[in-house]
This record gives sequence, C-alpha cells and structure tokens, in this order.
Amino acid sequence: MKRQIMLAAGLVLAATSLQADVIAPNDVVANEYGEIAASLTGQPGDPKRGAEIMASRGAGNCLACHQVSALDEYAWHGEVGPSLDGVGARWDEAGLRGLIVNADTMFPQSIMPSFYRVSGYIRPGDAFTGKAAQGELSPLLAAQDVEDVVAYLMTLTDY
Amino acid sequence: MTRNTLLGGVATAGLVVGMAGIGFADIRTGDSLVINGEIAMITEAPAPEFLQDRFSTIYSGWVFRTDETRAMQEDDFDNPAMLYVEQGLTAFETAMGTEGKSCASCHENAESLAGVRATYPKWDDAHGTVQTVEMQIIECQTERMGMAEPYGYDSQAMRNMASLIASVSRGQTVNVAIDGPAAETWALGEEVYYTKYGQLELSCADCHENNYGNLIRADHLSQGQINGFPTYRLKNANVNSVHGRFRGCIRDTRAETFAVGSPEFVALELYVASRGNGLTVEGPSVRN
Ligand code: HEC
Ligand code: HEC
Repeated sequence: MKRQIMLAAGLVLAATSLQADVIAPNDVVANEYGEIAASLTGQPGDPKRGAEIMASRGAGNCLACHQVSALDEYAWHGEVGPSLDGVGARWDEAGLRGLIVNADTMFPQSIMPSFYRVSGYIRPGDAFTGKAAQGELSPLLAAQDVEDVVAYLMTLTDY
Repeated sequence: MTRNTLLGGVATAGLVVGMAGIGFADIRTGDSLVINGEIAMITEAPAPEFLQDRFSTIYSGWVFRTDETRAMQEDDFDNPAMLYVEQGLTAFETAMGTEGKSCASCHENAESLAGVRATYPKWDDAHGTVQTVEMQIIECQTERMGMAEPYGYDSQAMRNMASLIASVSRGQTVNVAIDGPAAETWALGEEVYYTKYGQLELSCADCHENNYGNLIRADHLSQGQINGFPTYRLKNANVNSVHGRFRGCIRDTRAETFAVGSPEFVALELYVASRGNGLTVEGPSVRN
C-alpha cells in the first residue's frame, strides 16, 4: 500500500516536471490579432503526428469540416470549412496557432471549435456522454498536439 | 498580420473557392415522393415567412438521402417502420389502465386522429402549456384511462404509438401555430436553436441552417426538419423520436443535453416543427 502511494506520488512529480514548460489553456497569451507567437510546449511540432491528429475522428477530426488534398488517403473530407490546401502559404505560424487555440479570436462566432480553451462554454458536457462535465474541462487537444498540427499546416504550401 | 500580407489576395481567393461548397449545390431537388402510389408528399416548399431573410426553400430530410434510403420510404411493404406502426395499432385497440378503456374506446379508430401530427406541438388551454403528441398520449393515459404508470416519454411503446399517430396524417401539410399563447414557447425554442452548446460550440443553425447540403465528414447535412418523425433509422434499426434526435445532436457537440420531454425540448420541437410549415407529414420515414 505505502509503496504504491509513494510510487504514485513520484509519477505525479515526474509528470509535473515534464510539463513545466507547457502553457496551460488559461495562461495562453495572444496579441491583439489573436496570434500566439510562443510555442505552447517549447518543443518543435511533429508534422507527421499532426497529420494523424487532423485525420483522426477521436482527436482533431479536422477532416470533418475541411478538405486537404495531401490527406487523400483518408476517406470523407467535409465541406463545412474552406479547403486547407495552401494554408501554410496564407498564414504564418503564430496566426495558425492562434486559430487552432481559439478560433473565435480570428473568426468571431466561427463554427470551428476552439481546440485549446477550457472555459466560456454553455452546458459543457462530459465528452460525448450527454452528461454534464465533471470538474475541470480538458482542452480538445493537448498542447503538443496543437504544436504538431500547426507544424503540419505549415507544410501545406501548395494549392 | 495574421495572414502573410503578400499573399493576402491569394488568401481571399482561396477562401472563396473553399466556400464554393457552401452553395447548397449538393441538394438533389426536383424528385417527388409518392407513397404507395397514392400519398403525394411535398418535399420542397417556400420557407415560412419568418425564415425568408435566411433562405427561401425548405426541404424534407428525404431530399438529402441516397436513392436506396429514399426508395424504402416509397412503399409501406419496404418501410421497416410500418412494423412498429402495427404494434402501435394493436396497443391502440388494447384496454389499459383501471378504467378498462383503450384509445379506440374514445377515438373509434386511428384514422380519426388524422391531422393531429400536422398541427402538434399545440397550445393546450386546459393545461396552460404547449403539448407534444407524446404529452397528449400521457394525458389520455393518466387522466382518462387510469394509468398510474403511463408510457415513458421515449419508450418503445410510446415511439410505436407516435408512429401510428403520424402515419395517419401522412400527406397532410404541416401547419403548427406559433402565435397567440404559443408565442412564448416558440421564442424559447428559437433561442435554443441558435445557442452554441457544448465544448464544440455548435448550434442547430450552424449545421442545419448554414450548412445543409454540405458534408460533415461522411454525413450529408439536411435542414434538420422533423416532418418525417418518428424516423426509422438504419443506424439503430428502430423508430426514433424527435427528442431522441435532439438529444443525439446536442450530445455530439460535447454538451450536457436537455432531457426528453423537458420544457426546452418541447419548445425546440415547436420551433423546429414551424420551420417545416408547408412540408407534409412523412412519419414514419426512413433515414440513415
Ligand atoms: C465544425 C467545423 C470545423 C472543424 C471541426 C475545424 N474547422 Fe477549421 N475552419 C472552419 C471554418 C468554417 C473555417 C472558416 C472560417 C469561418 O468561417 O469561421 C475554418 C478555418 C480554418 C483555417 C483557415 C483557413 C484559411 O484558408 O484561411 C484553418 C487553418 C483551419 N480552419 C484549420 C483547422 C484545423 C487544423 C482543425 C482541426 C484541429 C479544424 N480547422 C477543425 C470549420 C472547422
Ligand atoms: C455537428 C453538427 C450538428 C449539430 C450542431 C446539430 N445536428 Fe442535427 N443532424 C446532424 C447530422 C449529421 C444529422 C444526420 C443527417 C441529416 O439529416 O442532417 C442530423 C439530423 C438531424 C435531424 C433528423 C432529420 C431527418 O430528416 O431525419 C433533426 C430533426 C436534427 N438533426 C435536428 C437538430 C437540432 C434541433 C439541433 C440543435 C439542437 C441539431 N440538429 C444540431 C448534425 C448536427
């Protein structure tokens, strides 16, 4: 028993120290245009992982609304938002990070969800259970997920 | 600058091209639905006046479905929902409750209730509230038939009975009243319709007013009309209620839903029904 508790405490400590450089959702600072210059984690984004997050229904599920030619291997791209082809040429990194973190700062009232925000919601639920959220919300994507997605979007320079 | 300034022009052009999909181009209009070769449906109609500033035509959900799904609704022998209508009919003729009465004791036959589905939800003077078909059924069971435990709002027995009640109104034009004593409830429903719920911050309007005709991943978005309810869904192979569908759509926004039969959902049902004023009652329809 005792040992387990100590082990658990050790794990928590390890986790906190690992996350020391992560900017929590409520601490993110955007400029007046909604751009976020600083990386949320201080770690470079992994574009390959970013692509998987965008395609996965259980993660970003960006393809629900966006068409991306470079992700043609995945079936069913939505038509609700604009095509993301060439988005890396249209936007810079700080703008894309701002948009993914909180779409409403770029497009007020956007249908696009905010992926790294945990407050300001009406009747937030406990994931997809239909029940009320318990305790604090988790952001839709983790900090490193956002960095990976931004890194992938920056590769989409072709139209 | 948010966008690289030099490419600003391109950005705008890209957006326009991307948005071209939101031209409601993917709606297969012009086909007509006739059930059993005799009940002619109105699947496209001018939008009710209060919607005219938003769009001009309302469409039944049938318009958005594939040929196979559409065809299943054209003949009662192919429509799996008719089995539930049969069960509803048996229940209609069966005595229940301490009074020893069946629905047929007061309503002769189901056809005598033709027209009900087309005008509900409806203001009820005696109870001072807007009532759905389900609330009306519960009222008859508790106040006239002596049932201490009436059908659950979204129970199988209720969905069967609601399917029967809808089926006898098929082909009648939806015409729910939104003024007079119903106005307050209607306004609440409108508010719910336009509220962005949940962690995905999506309103009914985001999907069903601003994006009908568009794909959201593999789903072809309709206007979210309820003239076809109850609907037999291929997804769960059963008849589904209006409030069950509302609950599913709100749950998909990562929100805490309202309960079936709640004042919010009754109000939303009245509001959504009124957006379909001019279409015909199609329930029980077939959807995926
Ligand atoms: C529910 C729909 C929806 C989802 C899900 C969604 N978006 Fe969007 N997105 C939009 C819409 C709509 C716009 C256009 C701006 C507007 O009208 O709000 C947009 C705009 C964008 C833009 C700017 C495009 C341009 O050409 O300027 C980028 C980049 C973007 N989204 C990336 C993403 C990523 C990455 C994800 C997933 C992590 C995502 N979106 C998920 C609907 C969505
Ligand atoms: C994230 C997108 C989304 C949101 C938000 C949403 N729905 Fe839906 N809804 C769907 C999809 C997808 C379907 C299935 C395809 C279709 O009929 O549009 C559907 C189907 C329906 C149907 C069935 C239509 C038919 O013909 O069988 C109704 C009714 C409906 N929605 C009402 C609502 C209402 C009311 C709200 C708000 C409380 C709402 N929806 C919010 C995505 C959504």
